[in-house]
Amino acid sequence: MSIELRHVSKRFGSVSAVEDVSLTVDDGELVALLGPSGGGKTTVLRMIAGLEVPTSGDLLVRGERVNDVPVQKRNIGFVFQSYALFKTMSVFDNVAFGLKIRNTPPAEMQARVDELLKLFGLDGLGRRLPHQLSGGQRQRVAIARALAPRPSVLLLDEPFGAVDAKIRQELREWLVRLHRELHVTTIFVTHDQEEAMEVSNRIVIFSRGRLEQIGSPRDVYEQPKNEFVARFIGVLNVLELTVRGGAARLNELSFPSHGVAEGETLRIGFRPYAVQISSNLQEHPHSAVIRHVYFLGVQLRLELETPSGLILRTRIVKDDFLRQGLEQGSSVSFQIREYRVLSTGANNLSPEVATVHSAANFAEGI
Amino acid sequence: MGYSIVYLSLVVLIPLAGLLIRVTAMSWADFVRVAFSDRALAAYRLTFGASFLAATINAVLGTLLAWVLTRYRFPGRKILDALVDFPFALPTAVAGLTLANLFSQTGWLGQFLVPLGLHLAYTTGGIVLALTFVSLPFVVRTLQPVLEEFEVELEEAAATLGAGRWCTFRRVVFPALLPALMTGFALAFARAVGEYGSVLFISSNKPYVSEITPQVIMGWLDQFEYANAMAVAVVMLSASFAILITINLLERWASRFQR
Repeated sequence: MSIELRHVSKRFGSVSAVEDVSLTVDDGELVALLGPSGGGKTTVLRMIAGLEVPTSGDLLVRGERVNDVPVQKRNIGFVFQSYALFKTMSVFDNVAFGLKIRNTPPAEMQARVDELLKLFGLDGLGRRLPHQLSGGQRQRVAIARALAPRPSVLLLDEPFGAVDAKIRQELREWLVRLHRELHVTTIFVTHDQEEAMEVSNRIVIFSRGRLEQIGSPRDVYEQPKNEFVARFIGVLNVLELTVRGGAARLNELSFPSHGVAEGETLRIGFRPYAVQISSNLQEHPHSAVIRHVYFLGVQLRLELETPSGLILRTRIVKDDFLRQGLEQGSSVSFQIREYRVLSTGANNLSPEVATVHSAANFAEGI
Repeated sequence: MGYSIVYLSLVVLIPLAGLLIRVTAMSWADFVRVAFSDRALAAYRLTFGASFLAATINAVLGTLLAWVLTRYRFPGRKILDALVDFPFALPTAVAGLTLANLFSQTGWLGQFLVPLGLHLAYTTGGIVLALTFVSLPFVVRTLQPVLEEFEVELEEAAATLGAGRWCTFRRVVFPALLPALMTGFALAFARAVGEYGSVLFISSNKPYVSEITPQVIMGWLDQFEYANAMAVAVVMLSASFAILITINLLERWASRFQR
């Protein structure tokens, strides 16, 4: 089921929720709509479902315009953030609801519901009422209910928002498996970039009603189109430098001016992995102290503080960290292997600038 | 806990016990003769029948009114909302007088309705009307909070599964409203059964035809036949009690899905 949005906008009164969004979702894809809250991603999802009507633009399903097709006729499965299970109905009746509406013969309905309950690890719970289930089970009932009438697309609004971290992880993996097995086109909304990276084939990033970038998780991480995306996907160190004497400087750090005029500001950004550290104080050109160590499992996140008080974030593999005999408070030398020039001024959403390998420049700069 | 029992005893249980003690002074035969006389039976039928009808009308119209008040925003909504409580504030005798005046042959509405054969003043129809009026707030006020809390997502979920508006209401909204609706119905019914003042004015108060039970009781009291009045009162009391318990059980069944 291919879904296409062409220059779709949605206004609520004078408030613009979605502005000129165009995107295509292909058959069998697992797509994440990602962005901060209020970014318009849920509105996009609701427009695809037919729960909202676009103010302008076209919504196409398999090439046919469906703007005016009511929600009942769109054959979509929608999973709400609150699950929206029918409290007065048993698990079985909840899952069977869509089939009953379609006047499915009882035997067929029974078989379909049983099949889904089994697939979702809910067998034996058919007679329970929603309030007798755990959060994870409710979530699965909601998805089973949405899938029962064999929708051509499954839409999920913040599907893992309301469960605790441990179950969330299980549900993510389970959703990926489910998608692989059923191969139904799936679009889900999330504000959690890790979740989007982990689960989806493609990520669509929204901010303030606008589409910022579409791409594979790797694309958007490695080739962010603008500063917003770069900051939103993963961690970004940002430095604001001033060009003096032909070089962009901030305290003890100095970079090439990249054509920025004398006295003007140059902003650069770099990922934590681009910051290389060593316990050998002679190895890299700059020095810093490890202020904090955050334990993330195999990796550690470090906060470095330079003598002049700049804070930089970096990552290091735990084994490496231990081998070098580092700990909180250790002095290290570091270098920034690569960085991007960000646009200057107030406009955060600058076009991308190529990565620069800068080891040579450092040597000169000091 | 202790306070509430003391309070409940003082206000409800002691007067009731007094009533029962008074009645036990009568012989069983006397009790049956008075409490189940044709006149009393006709009054019970009318009281409970008209109250049931009034509560039913309110269940339907009250649901509609509560729905409109919670779901729509329109100018004058606040005023309409406040007006729902009006029957509480108005002395019921005034209500009866007003309604009788309105629907009598020469009244504002009566002059149009009576030629059409709709006699709403001084008839049993008038009694239902008066009882509907005085018990109006109950269904609206019990449903409003439930409707306000009702998640719109539930209706949207039903729609995404293919259900039309009516189907969604019948299968999703209505079952969720049912417990509150029954509470409202029970309260409206109880209020209607106990109503006296307004009926006095709008009913023709003919024995066997348009006389409600409280009037029968008043009739006995006027003749200083206290025991007889008590006998009729006891029947009223038992019937009301039985009906309320039944509704309570039904309500519990309807809300079995709640924690």
